[in-house]
Order: sequence, then C-alpha cells, then structure tokens
Amino acid sequence: MKLKGAQILIQALKQEGVKVIFGYPGGAVIDIYDELYRENIKHVLVRHEQGAVHAADGYARVTGKVGCVLVTSGPGAANTVTGIATAYMDSIPLVVFTGQVPTALIGTDAFQEVDIVGITRPCTKHNFLVKRVEDLGKTIHEAFYIARTGRPGPVLVDLPKDVMQATGDYEPVSFQDHTPKDVPVPSQIFYLKDLIAQSKRPVLLTGGGVILGRASEELRKLARRTLIPVTSTLMGIGAFPGSDPLWLGMPGMHGTYYANMAISHCDLLIAVGCRFDDRVTGKVDHFAPEAKIVHIDIDPSSINKNVIAHVPIVGDCRTILKAINDRLEGDNFTVSETNRREWFEQIAAWKKENPLSYCQSEEVIKPQFVVEKLYELTQGKAIITTEVGQNQMWAAQFYLFDEPNTLITSGGLGTMGYGFPAAIGAQTAFPDRLVIDIAGDGSIQMNIQEMATAIQEMLPVKIVLLNNGYLGMVRQWQQLFYDRRYSQTDMTYQPDFVRLAEAYGFLGLRAVKPEEVESVLKKGLSHPGPVLMDFHVAREECVYPMVRPGAPIHEMTLGGREMTN
Amino acid sequence: MEKKEYTLSLLVNNKPDVLARVAGVLGGRGYNIETLCVDATLDPRYSKIVLTTIQDKSTINKIEKQLIKLHDVHKVTDITETGAVSRELLLVRMRLTEHNKADIALIINSYNGRVVTMNGDHCVIEITGEKAFLERAIESLKPLGIEDSARTGIVALERY
Repeated sequence: MKLKGAQILIQALKQEGVKVIFGYPGGAVIDIYDELYRENIKHVLVRHEQGAVHAADGYARVTGKVGCVLVTSGPGAANTVTGIATAYMDSIPLVVFTGQVPTALIGTDAFQEVDIVGITRPCTKHNFLVKRVEDLGKTIHEAFYIARTGRPGPVLVDLPKDVMQATGDYEPVSFQDHTPKDVPVPSQIFYLKDLIAQSKRPVLLTGGGVILGRASEELRKLARRTLIPVTSTLMGIGAFPGSDPLWLGMPGMHGTYYANMAISHCDLLIAVGCRFDDRVTGKVDHFAPEAKIVHIDIDPSSINKNVIAHVPIVGDCRTILKAINDRLEGDNFTVSETNRREWFEQIAAWKKENPLSYCQSEEVIKPQFVVEKLYELTQGKAIITTEVGQNQMWAAQFYLFDEPNTLITSGGLGTMGYGFPAAIGAQTAFPDRLVIDIAGDGSIQMNIQEMATAIQEMLPVKIVLLNNGYLGMVRQWQQLFYDRRYSQTDMTYQPDFVRLAEAYGFLGLRAVKPEEVESVLKKGLSHPGPVLMDFHVAREECVYPMVRPGAPIHEMTLGGREMTN
Repeated sequence: MEKKEYTLSLLVNNKPDVLARVAGVLGGRGYNIETLCVDATLDPRYSKIVLTTIQDKSTINKIEKQLIKLHDVHKVTDITETGAVSRELLLVRMRLTEHNKADIALIINSYNGRVVTMNGDHCVIEITGEKAFLERAIESLKPLGIEDSARTGIVALERY
C-alpha cells in the first residue's frame, strides 16, 4: 500500500491502538497535522510542549497504555525534554514524535533544528531518527514495542519533514513480546518460603514496578496470606490499600515513623519492583541492617545497584509474585496471627508513639487538614496528581490510596509543574472520574498555561492549591538546615489565583480560614467544570517526619523533636 | 575496592549513533574509556566494540548491566580474565640519524616489529603485542627520539 509518510504515521498509530495524541503543531510537522485534520484520532492541543509530555505521561499512568506525543522540531522538541526525563525516571511508557528539518538540512543549523536524538539519548529508553520513508512504519511499531515491554520507558522518534512528505510502502508489523517472562526457579521460591516461615519481623517494600507490572492483586494475596506488613515507595502507593491494617505508609525521607522503624528493625525485607532510591534508603549502610533482603525486579541493573540483595530475583513482578503465591497455596502455607503477634505489637507501639500527625490550628489552615478533608470528602476514590515538594508529600501522607494508578506523581525526577498537565492527561483518559491536582503555589505556576487546554477540551479537572507563598520544600530545608536564611524561596508576589482561574474560564474559589475549607472543597468538587481552589495555608508548616539527607532512616525529626531509635 | 583495567567486548548493531550510546553509558556516569576498538563483524549488520576501562569489580558489573540494556547492544562480555588473546598495534615515527639507526634496528628486531615506511631521515615502525609489551617497546625507543606515536587500543578475542 503506497502512502505518504504522514499517512503511514497515522495508520501505524491506529494500528497501535492510539486513541489520543497530546501535541502542539509547527512547521516541521505541518504535514502530519494536515493528515490529522482528516482523521478521527483525538488530539489534545496543549499550550506548551512540556505540558503535552506530562499529559501523555498522566494518561499512560492511569490507563497503563502507551502515551503519545507529537511536537514540532527545534524548540518544540527541546521543550519535551523535561517531560521525557520525568517519564524515564519513573519508567512510564511514552512514544514522543518530534518533527525534524528535511534530511538534506540536518546538521546545517537550519531554522528550528536541534539534534533531539542526541539531546534525549540519556533520558530515553531508546530513540530513532527516521531517514527513509521505507523504515517509517517498522520504526514506529518498534518504538511502541520498546516503550511498553520489559521495564517500560519513553521512546522518541524524530521525523524529518521530507520523510513525512515522501511516499512509501506500509505494512503493519506487529512485534510480539519476546522478553523472557522470567519464572523464578523453584529453589528460589523454596528459599523464599523458608525465609518467610522463619522470619519473626518481615516487611514487604513495594515500588512502582508493582503498579507498572499490574501485580497489585498478587501483592495483596501474598501480604494477607503471610501476614506481612506493607510499606511502599512513593511510586508504588495504591498497589496495596492505604486503609488496610497491614499498611505502614510510605518509608524514607518523609515516611511514617513506623514504616522507617519497621524497615530498620525487620529481619526479612521483601522488596518488589523498587530500586532503592536515596530518598527511600537514607544512609545505605544503615538501611535494614538486620534484614535478609529479597529483591524482585524486572531490571537486572536495579539489583545490587544501591542495596545488596541476599536473594535477587529478576523478572516481571506479577509473574513472580504469582509463582510465589501458587507455591504457598499448593503447600497450604499459612502464618497464624500468634506468630506475628510480637511484631504487630511492636508496630502498633511505634504507631501509638508517633502516629502521622500535625498540630491543628483554629486560626490558619493547615495544609495537611486540607488533604485530610479532601480524602474524607472523596472517600479516597479520586485520581490524585501532585506537583512536587511539600504538596506532594502531604498528598502521599494524608490521602489514603486504595487502588493502583490513582496517585500520579513525579517520583524520580521530582518535576515541578508535572501535576496539572498530568491531571489533564488522566482526565482525558477518564472524563467521568474525579481528577484532582494537589498543587503548591510554586509548582502550579510552572505549567499554569494548561488551564486553557482544560477549558478547550472541557476537562473538569480540579486544582487544590496549598498556597503558602513559599517554595515550601526548599524553604523547609533552609528553615531546618540553613538557619532560616530564606534565600529566594519567598514568593511574596503572586497572582490572584482566583481571578487568574476565572480569566481562563475556571471556577475560582478561595479559603483563608479553617472553617472555610470544607465548604470550599464541597463546592469545588461538586462543580461540573474545572475548578481552582486556593487555600491560604500556614506559611511555615513543615513536612514531618523528616530524615536529614544522608542520615539513616531511623533518625527522624518529628515536628521539632529529634527522635533517635 | 581495588581498581584495575577491565576489557569488555560488545556485539552491537552497525548503525549511526550506537557508539555514542555506548560511550554515553560510561561518560554519563563520569567513567573514562581507556581504549576503544570498533569494526564491523563478518556479518556487516553488526559491529564488535572492544573497550577497556579502569574500575572496581562492583562498578564494572553495573556498567555491564547498563550496557546490555541498550537496544542496539546484543551482547556484553567481560573478557578480562578469560585468557582472551589481546593485541594492540603501535605506530611510531622516528627521526633517523647516523647514530641511532643501528640501535633502532636492534629494537625493532627484538620486538618483532617492522619498518612500514622510510623516506629520507624518517621512518615509521609498526609493532603489535599486548599492552605491557608495547609499553616496554616505547620505553626502549624513547631515548632514540620518538617524534610521534599512535596506538589502536586493545582488540581482543576469546580463545574458544
């Protein structure tokens, strides 16, 4: 079948089941946009290319499908880099199509030319420059295949303008998933079973891999059968229900006291689909010092990278957890409550000693209170995206997530400005769900222009703005470690967010007193269209517990009191 | 942990940008490539890269795992301790004088080298061998006046 390059692209996207493209047109991709004009693939027109990538990323995280982006060459391509790096750090499957100058002009400093393949080489799983129309179809299918298989990640395909205009053949190619579905060898499972049976103080530490690998059900089965308490990195939150009695909350720098204590005192740590980020481990030498560490991960390069595993198991989380569960079930393996009593009592004592808490105030709105109320009013059923910083940590601490793919946050790269466009992507995937971006006043201004996108697409996203007039997390570090020298973190001047929201066509609401919080949330959440709720919160509130950078995780600061155990 | 020179042999796609990707895995983490040799294999779709880098054992393991993740890399082998045959080619340009001719000839002989070209008062010598062997040859030639030299870096092949 003879087709123009731009037509091949569209046909290949259809073949891949792409339902929506997030993009922004320009000279180098005008032929593709001309084809899109005739086709019925949905296109969401963002206001900045970074927003397009975050939106596609949010879409990918809530659906588990590959997100798709289309932008022009030069600045359009360069603007995608932060979004691509964000997806790369969190292993999110994306295919990003960038326009490129015609092949004859590549390397001549042509108008709107950048070497985007070179620029994104270290932050993509793979990238392609398509120089011949004959290679186009196959390359696109290969890009989707690479993005979604194994440990997922973003793939960039650079499309020179003349390749889009040239005519070539297109035959749909389908790449079968040939990545080995590692099934653990029986001896590993036997060993693991023994370890679980012998362990007095086990902990399950789960990560984003459990969500990406759709292993949530198997994880729940395993934890409940073996009565092992579960803690999860930021990326894995939701895989295990936040309302379950076995749930310990998040560990690490802003983890709960009891999660950090449990890790520091456990004798068996079963880590599933996580990569032991420094924010989770604290000082590595003191991480889980008494534990045998089992590390299950699909990426061999994650194993023994930061923490040495006693039992490394490489493979897809779901396959492996299922094999373990089948084995335990086959052997009728159970753990009685009495066996765990001592451990559970210890954890309960830690919980009682230092629960996740904050000091409520009658004068000022506490940001934690807003998140707590939000949880209460939504009954934990919303899709929550976050920006990065204090807002993100409070969301992770005070909103309990019961389902995977419902906390959408930039974990690895920590990209401010991520949450709002990601919410747009999530809402595009699920127009009828409640999608809420928990934001700070710093982060929201990094991609606030996307309010126009939400209005144009009629997406009823909600922004819960925890507005403290500071770059709160950096200010917190300055407050605690730099003698309160607030160097360039005081954002004294800010727009009137309510009027700004209204100027874009959002409903703008504001709460400045604690008693207004509930009514503003109720009004905002029940409004059928997009809403920005501006909560003026306690300016110098800090996120606690906090582990100082480089300290062991059992040394936590708990709201002013230094605690060492 | 103790550092030493490791030799990695990589089978990669023979395509543009592949070398940059491989180099990026090391360079992006601040690791130096000491030597590098690349050429197409008998099957022109693939190239073999032999590179050496000075690392400790744990780091070289991490580098190998990162390299094999590259889409264009099919195989990574650490051939440092496999007894692989390892060779390097050295080219040296010498200025010839009445006084050094005889000594140069002697050294060439003892290192199984040969004169590739000679015109007027210059000659270019070729010597192959293992790295340490070439370093000894250079040390011997140095007092006789090396003008310039070039080395290929290590190329290596497993014995079986």
